[in-house]
Amino acid sequence: MSFDLQRVRADFPVLAEVINGKPLVYLDSANSSQKPNAVIDAMTSFLQHDYSPTNRSAYTMAAHATDLYEGARTKVARFINAPRAEEVVFTKNATEALNLVAHSWGSANLSEGDSIVLTHMEHHANIVPWQMLAAEKGFTIRWVPLTSDGLLDLTNINELLTGASAFSFTAMSNVLGTINPVKELCALAHQHGAIAIVDGCQSVPHMPTDVQDWDADFVAFSSHKMVGPSGIGLLWGRENLLDAMPPFLGGGNMISDVKLEGFTCADLPAKFEAGTQPITEAVGLAAAVDYLTAIGMHNVRQHEREITAYALETLTNRFGDDIVIHGSRDINQRGATLSFAYRDVHPHDVSQVLDQHNVCVRAGHHCAKPLMRLLGANATVRASFYLYNTNDEVDALADALAEAGDFFTL
Amino acid sequence: MPGLEDLYREIILDHYKNPRNRGTLEPPAVRGEGHNPLCGDEIEVFLIVKDGIVEDIKIAGQGCSISQSSASMMGVAVKGKTVENARAFIARIKHMLSIDEEGEPDTSIALGDLEALTGVVKFPVRIKCAVLSWNTLAEALDIAAE
Repeated sequence: MSFDLQRVRADFPVLAEVINGKPLVYLDSANSSQKPNAVIDAMTSFLQHDYSPTNRSAYTMAAHATDLYEGARTKVARFINAPRAEEVVFTKNATEALNLVAHSWGSANLSEGDSIVLTHMEHHANIVPWQMLAAEKGFTIRWVPLTSDGLLDLTNINELLTGASAFSFTAMSNVLGTINPVKELCALAHQHGAIAIVDGCQSVPHMPTDVQDWDADFVAFSSHKMVGPSGIGLLWGRENLLDAMPPFLGGGNMISDVKLEGFTCADLPAKFEAGTQPITEAVGLAAAVDYLTAIGMHNVRQHEREITAYALETLTNRFGDDIVIHGSRDINQRGATLSFAYRDVHPHDVSQVLDQHNVCVRAGHHCAKPLMRLLGANATVRASFYLYNTNDEVDALADALAEAGDFFTL
Repeated sequence: MPGLEDLYREIILDHYKNPRNRGTLEPPAVRGEGHNPLCGDEIEVFLIVKDGIVEDIKIAGQGCSISQSSASMMGVAVKGKTVENARAFIARIKHMLSIDEEGEPDTSIALGDLEALTGVVKFPVRIKCAVLSWNTLAEALDIAAE
C-alpha cells in the first residue's frame, strides 16, 4: 500500500482545527500523538453499544466486551511479533510497565552486590524505578555514556555488563531521537548473562517492531504515543520470566484463589492485571494497531525519514549557526524527534512565540534530566514529527522560529 | 487572543537583557533556592538582612525571560526596604498574579516596573515562571529570620 499523506491527515480530525485564523501545527507527537477517527469511533461505538466489564460476568454483553479486550491483546502481540498473546500485559502506561519490571522482576532478582546497567539517555521512567529499588536493595547502577553526537558509547560495554543482572535501555531517545541498535544490545546483555529490558515508547510507534528478532526479554511501550488513547500501556515479557515473577499489584482479577491464610495467583496475563482494566482504552488501542498496520510501519518510518531530512536541511539552511540541533545528523541513526537550542532564546520563550502561530512543541527537560545535564542545557525546544506531519509544517516551524529570533534579539 | 506584546512588555525584555543585582553573596548572607520542576528554571536569592532591613540582594540562576526579569525587578523593588515591606510586596505580587493566599494584600503598594507583569495573567502557564523568584525570596527571608 502506498502512503498518501493527505489521506492520512484527513483521518485525524484535530488536524483540521483552525485557531485565530491559523491552522494547528502539531509537533509534539513524541509527547503524545493525535488520534484518528478509527480510534475515536471505535471507543465511542463501544461506549454507546457494547460497554460492560470484562473477565467476570456471564451475560452476553460481558462476554463480547471480554472478546474485544482480549482481541486487543492478540492484535498488540501480532504488531510486535510476540510469540504468545498471554505475554502481553496491559498497564496504566509505559511508566507503570517499567515499574512493574523493576519491582516485580527486580525485587525477586536483585540484592546487595548485584548491578544493573542503564544509559545516559534514559527517560526518568527507566531511571527512577531502579533508583527506588536500589535504595531498598543496595544493588548498584552502572551507566553507558554517550558519544558527542548523541549515540551510545559502547567502548566499555563489556566491562559495564560484566556481572550485571539486567541491561535496561531505550530503543530510541525521546530527546535526541537516537535509534539504538537494540538487537546488538540484547545480544551483548545475554552474552554477559543479563536480561535485556527495552523501553520502546519512542520506537514502537514509529517503525516496525519484532521482539523475537530483537531477542529482548521485556519491552515496555505506550498506546497514547501510537495514535491510541491514553490510560493504557503495554508490557511484553518472556513467558518464563513473567511466570517466575511475583505479582505487582494485588486485588481482583489477578488471583486464582484467596483464603484467609493467603492467595494464589491467576495465570498470565491476569496475574499482572489487578482490578478493573482500561477496557474502552483497550478497544481504542486495538483500532490504533489496526490503523497503523493498514498504513504499514515501514511506510511510517519512511515518511519520518523524509520529513526528518527535510527538517534538518531547512532549519540548518535558514538558521545556520543560530540553531544547535542535538544528536546525530544521520537519518539512519535517528528518528523524527529534534531537540534544539535557538540562539540565546530560552526554550520557554521560543515555545511561547511558536504558540502564537499554533505551532505546538515541547519546551523543557523532557523527563530526561541526566541527559540534559550532559547536554549542558536546563531545557531544549523539541519538535517531534509523526506520520501526519508535512514539510509545510516544518516551514511553519521555521517561520515562527525566525519571529522568535527577531523578538528576543539580545 | 492576547498577543506577545501583552506578555513581553518592553520593561520585561529590558530586565531580561540587563538583569539587575545579578550575582552571589558569601555568608553571612543567607541563600534561598527555587526550582520549577516542570521546566527546569532555577533561581538563587542571596540576602543580607540587618536590623529588619534588606541591605543587599543578589540573584543567580537561569530560566526564561519571564522568570529572570521578574527576579531582576524583584531585587530592585525590595533592596533597601524593610523585611515587612518585602513580605507585603510578595503578597501584593502574588495577588496580582492571581495566586490566592490567605489574607488581603495591601493593594496601595506601588508596583512600579512590576506593573509589567500584569500581562502574565493572560498566559496562565507562565504564572509559575513569574512567581518563582518571589517564592524563593520568601524562603530566603524565612531563613534570615531564623
